[in-house]
Amino acid sequence: MTSLLSVKNLRTEFNTRNGILPAVADVSIELERGKVLGLVGESGSGKSVTGFSILGLVDAPGKVAGGSILFDGQELVGRDEEFLRKLRGKRIAMIFQDPMMTLNPVLSVETQMVETVLAHDSVSKAVARARAVEVLGKVGIASPSERLGQYPHQFSGGMRQRVAIAIAMLHQPDIIIADEPTTALDVTVQGQILYEMQQLVSNFGTALIWITHDLAVVAGLADHIAVMYAGRIVEYGSAESVLNDPRHPYTRGLLDSVPATTTPGKRLRQIPGSTPSLTELGASCAFAARCAYAQSACSEMPAMSSTGKHHVRCWHPLVPGHVTAQNEA
Amino acid sequence: MTTPTQKIVGVQTPFKRLCSQFAESPVAMVGLVVLIVVIFVAIFAPLISPQNPYDLSKLDLMDARLAPGEVGLGGQHYLLGTDGQGRDMVSAIFYGLRVSLYVGLTSGIIALLIGSVLGVLAAHLGGRFEQFIMRLVDIQLGFPAILVALVLLAVLGKGVDKIIIALVSVQWAYYARTARSAALVERGKEYVEAARSLGLKGSRIVLRHLLPNAMAPLIVVGTVQVAHAIALEATLSFLGLGLPATEPSLGLLISNGYEYLLSGKYWISVYPGIALLITILAINLVGDQLRDILNPRLAR
Repeated sequence: MTSLLSVKNLRTEFNTRNGILPAVADVSIELERGKVLGLVGESGSGKSVTGFSILGLVDAPGKVAGGSILFDGQELVGRDEEFLRKLRGKRIAMIFQDPMMTLNPVLSVETQMVETVLAHDSVSKAVARARAVEVLGKVGIASPSERLGQYPHQFSGGMRQRVAIAIAMLHQPDIIIADEPTTALDVTVQGQILYEMQQLVSNFGTALIWITHDLAVVAGLADHIAVMYAGRIVEYGSAESVLNDPRHPYTRGLLDSVPATTTPGKRLRQIPGSTPSLTELGASCAFAARCAYAQSACSEMPAMSSTGKHHVRCWHPLVPGHVTAQNEA
Repeated sequence: MTTPTQKIVGVQTPFKRLCSQFAESPVAMVGLVVLIVVIFVAIFAPLISPQNPYDLSKLDLMDARLAPGEVGLGGQHYLLGTDGQGRDMVSAIFYGLRVSLYVGLTSGIIALLIGSVLGVLAAHLGGRFEQFIMRLVDIQLGFPAILVALVLLAVLGKGVDKIIIALVSVQWAYYARTARSAALVERGKEYVEAARSLGLKGSRIVLRHLLPNAMAPLIVVGTVQVAHAIALEATLSFLGLGLPATEPSLGLLISNGYEYLLSGKYWISVYPGIALLITILAINLVGDQLRDILNPRLAR
């Protein structure tokens, strides 16, 4: 079975004054139609850059330096701008974190939706407008035809994100890359948006790449989870196996630091240290400095090893049912 | 019992919001009213002037240099007196305003168009094009405006079109610099990234997304620059390099009365000067208020 999106050994670099910065290195992911992939990692782990790389939106001084991105059988790396432009918004759409920033403040919602329709389809304005009204209704905006003429500042945060989702849904794309779309919202609104995204995905068969730092969000949403650390995927597998049976010490640490797993009154668990600077990465495993299990082998970057469909980048993956040192204490 | 239907609150466009914010300052409103009156006078000068100051056959040399309020040989009242050729100063000022405003606004708008397009393009394209344009701006702004205009007019000669060319070429750089910095700020914002991720064409992103958002500072610079242009044109005409004597602007009127100043016939220079002052002051008051309400840092 061929997958809709197949990213192989993707490498995206940024040229900086301090040398070349590999923001994304050796990232391989697969995505099938109608499935949800959760891309999890702390800020700076390269998850957003991965999303931008797929759309070909990495700007100078950054560039996709290697690997391949196969979308529906077509190679996207190295394609010219016009080819990618026709793909963006039409077949692969993106939703961003802050709906305050992603809608143009001086244009009405109608203008922004109609121009998105017209960018890819040669239809009349009336048809484009009708489609905008229809999609706005689908994402849960009441009286869409009245709201269409309004400006972004007249919408609340949650409504604005719904508008952004509606714009992404206009062409019923094959893939939506959602870059932390619920991070800027209230928890209640976050829940609604998550629920609606789930509905839309299952109704239209749209595949979703959900970029987030919040494991709780992807736990209920994703079919597969890829955990990124310092530009590399450290653990990749089905949501169930990654969440219930984490092999990489980093994933284990992330799961342990969710406050819900801690007994009230006890200190919250955390991963010691902080994310290393990408320029200071040597040949060693990027997590070695913060890892409680680091050994001499960790001075070299481990390759991906697999058990069935569960991949992990570690020299000594945790065995199922393992309890961390902190848990025992 | 009927359930109250939820009514959508009336759409308040950004423009309406701008208007109500503008009205908050009484001084700015006075400036705006004065400006509207001045523009009205300039447009309808041929209808409301007592005399056509360009029609030499209507002028009577016997009426020359009459003081304000005196009555001419033909029985007509000269409210602000007459100049050296017996021209009614009220009419001359009305027509002078017309020329000054026309020159100021036209050059301002042309410079705004050229400058903002070049500036936004420089920000968008970057690289050599940006370097070239911005160094050109630096060179342009390195010379005093009056010097550049004087040299250009000395080469081009007299005429309304020539002075507009001169004014545009000394002013476009201000707009270009402002437009570039505004566009650079806007380009870094997420909505541009979002527009790109939707597959919109580059030209559309620049024209529909970047330019309108970069417009606020340009409008402010525009009002100030139109006032500058009018003052600069008056200066050039005063120096005898601007407009031909057949189409006197305010600057030329002031210059005409200059030689009579010491002989007590103050009105020939002073009244056009006051008209010029009021016009520039009104434009600047409006411009200041626009700057205040469009400046996000001063937003209340």
